Amino acid sequence: MTDKPYTGSHSLLESLEHEGVEMIFGVPGGAILPAYDPLLDSPIRHVLARHEQGAGHMAEGYAMATGRVGVAMATSGPGATNLITPLQNAKMDSTPLVAITGQVGTAAIGSDAFQEAYTTGLAMHVTKHSYLVTDADTIPDVIHEAFHIAATGRPGPVLVDIPKDILNQHTTWSTPSLAGLPGYKPPSSDGHPRQIKAAIELIESAERPVLYVGGGVIRAGAAAELLAFAEAANAPVVTTLMARGAFPDGHALALGMPGMHGTYTATTAIQKSDVLVSIGARFDDRVTGNVDSFAPHAKVIHIDVDPAEIGKVRNPEIPIVGDARRVLEALTTRLAAVRSGAPAPTRESWLSQLGVWKAEKPLSYDQPEEGPVKTQYFIEKLHAVTGGDAIVAAGVGQHQMWASQFWGFSQPGTWINSGGLGTMGFAVPAAIGAKAARPDRTVIALDGDGCFQMTFQELITATTENIPVKVVVFNNGGYGMVKQWQNLFYGGRISASDLGTTVPDYPKLAEAMGCVGLQVDQPDEVESAIDKMMSVDDSPVVLEVVSPLDEMCFPMVPAGGSNDDIVMGRDDL
Amino acid sequence: MSQHTLSVIVEDKPGVLARVSAMFSNRAFNIHSLAVGPTHVAGRSHITVVVDAPELEQLKKQLHKLVNVIKVTELEPSDALESEVMIARISADPVIRGEIGDTAGLFGARMIDLGPDSITFEVSGTPEHLASFLDHMRPYGLVDLVKSGRVAMKKLSDVARTVVGQS
Repeated sequence: MTDKPYTGSHSLLESLEHEGVEMIFGVPGGAILPAYDPLLDSPIRHVLARHEQGAGHMAEGYAMATGRVGVAMATSGPGATNLITPLQNAKMDSTPLVAITGQVGTAAIGSDAFQEAYTTGLAMHVTKHSYLVTDADTIPDVIHEAFHIAATGRPGPVLVDIPKDILNQHTTWSTPSLAGLPGYKPPSSDGHPRQIKAAIELIESAERPVLYVGGGVIRAGAAAELLAFAEAANAPVVTTLMARGAFPDGHALALGMPGMHGTYTATTAIQKSDVLVSIGARFDDRVTGNVDSFAPHAKVIHIDVDPAEIGKVRNPEIPIVGDARRVLEALTTRLAAVRSGAPAPTRESWLSQLGVWKAEKPLSYDQPEEGPVKTQYFIEKLHAVTGGDAIVAAGVGQHQMWASQFWGFSQPGTWINSGGLGTMGFAVPAAIGAKAARPDRTVIALDGDGCFQMTFQELITATTENIPVKVVVFNNGGYGMVKQWQNLFYGGRISASDLGTTVPDYPKLAEAMGCVGLQVDQPDEVESAIDKMMSVDDSPVVLEVVSPLDEMCFPMVPAGGSNDDIVMGRDDL
Repeated sequence: MSQHTLSVIVEDKPGVLARVSAMFSNRAFNIHSLAVGPTHVAGRSHITVVVDAPELEQLKKQLHKLVNVIKVTELEPSDALESEVMIARISADPVIRGEIGDTAGLFGARMIDLGPDSITFEVSGTPEHLASFLDHMRPYGLVDLVKSGRVAMKKLSDVARTVVGQS
């Protein structure tokens, strides 16, 4: 130990420790090898993923469950290219992530060397920022900047590419600074006082206000401030796919998720609103449907930490740039000041209208007694058995929408999914990252068979690293959402979306990876299957739920359609 | 679609120009002209970019999001000092060389190469100046042309100009 020189690798590890990193998800390889040697002596835990994409999603799951920066590490070339999907995923969902990649030696860069890829060039398109380190002496500053950029303003992924010779370069460590960031000034304000004042005037005078809450509220840690403001303003709340858990679904003012597969009430409330207060949301096409007919009567207040989101899709009447938590606080303070003790507007007819819609157009499904087990039914049962006390991760597709619809969220940071990029296969590795971060919590991946088959090998990681996640695989024998679109929009011509139900044998596959493998196909056995799954605490467990092959997800606003035309079920078609 | 000129101050670091141009292509903005060079401040480069875009607000915000971008200024044509260097080769029979040279001289163009049947001029100035020069040269026959890309700087405000003028 003592006779080893201090190199870039040591500086890298020391820098990561300095940033408070407790865990790295990674896969080693040639160019990053020097960094793996001092890792043996570091207090930082390394979780050895089976694929770099898995490592990246684990780091995202870690970040989403803790609000801290997730760290992934990979080698050059294929290691780095395998990280591209998680990086873009993190960019789209504003997840703080730092990726460290090895690079071929400085002298070999540009020579098409073994395992060379132009990583920083690739990263340019899928990160918030990226670095190529050319001198080991700069490692402390670069790592410090990378964590600062990843975590502040609108969070996002940052990549640091380090050539092998730089990792081996003799260097010293010095306390880092942010002096090298003259152009990076993330807004951190409470919002301009004049805008806050105007916003409150508008909200107070609104007859049909809606708070349109996005993932920014989760990232800003603003759930408590949102609850306080919503109650003070007596304004109903819709939570987008990325914001599930930002506002308790059980609250009287909660309308659920809006958009393509949102609740009738949430989607329609926005359509009929006269004042729409967007907080940390970005008017995504899955929320707005046809933009021209979106919230046609609403004056819009748009609150976002990223100025580029404001006016990108819809020009707001009142733009407010600022941190969601601080702006919400400022709004609540201003509200109290203008009311000076007077009660909140009752908004009686609006709130009672919303109540009528909730009662008349609820989320619904029917569960045939003889099975198979519908995903919606299982999720409701699982929520009942666990009391909702779990962190839930999802893949992408029908099961994701049903999870969002039927899992009653009550806390931020308990819903981990891929919203913007829609990355199938996200659930298993993201759940592993979340469980590694929060071993005290129950972490359940709700996954589809199509998604599961993209990343299930990470369950080997879960077993060997002793990360006892629970994975529910809803097996409908195919890519359910693709099938749904083919049934609805392609005349029922099922092309390449059928995966069959005979292979793999999920319980056996689970057992081969060291997990407990379970299966349930009868509705009346669901509760006991859940009990069995919940009783496994010392290893990962996979529960296959044999699901109907052709169930469709409703409500649905067909892509590009108007949110006024919500399809509630097959009968509406 | 209208043309807009942006003055962008960036950190002088490897890859910054690539980041700026990558953002333009990612966001489907079309670059008309781009010129990059150092400024009077060490470590700072100046990019003048002329874009075809219906509006600039989103573009300016996206530029600001790039970590290495320090300042973005939109230059209205009425508010900008603009210049561009052009090298143009004009086909010129020796018989009419004098006439071509005289006309070019009116534009302040400098002859930098003379061939048996062509003259090559270097001319600089505003986009309008260069366009006018080309209008006059085109009838003789344009053989080759290269432009440097526009550089631009904000004019002094009227107040500032008055003060400078008095001193």
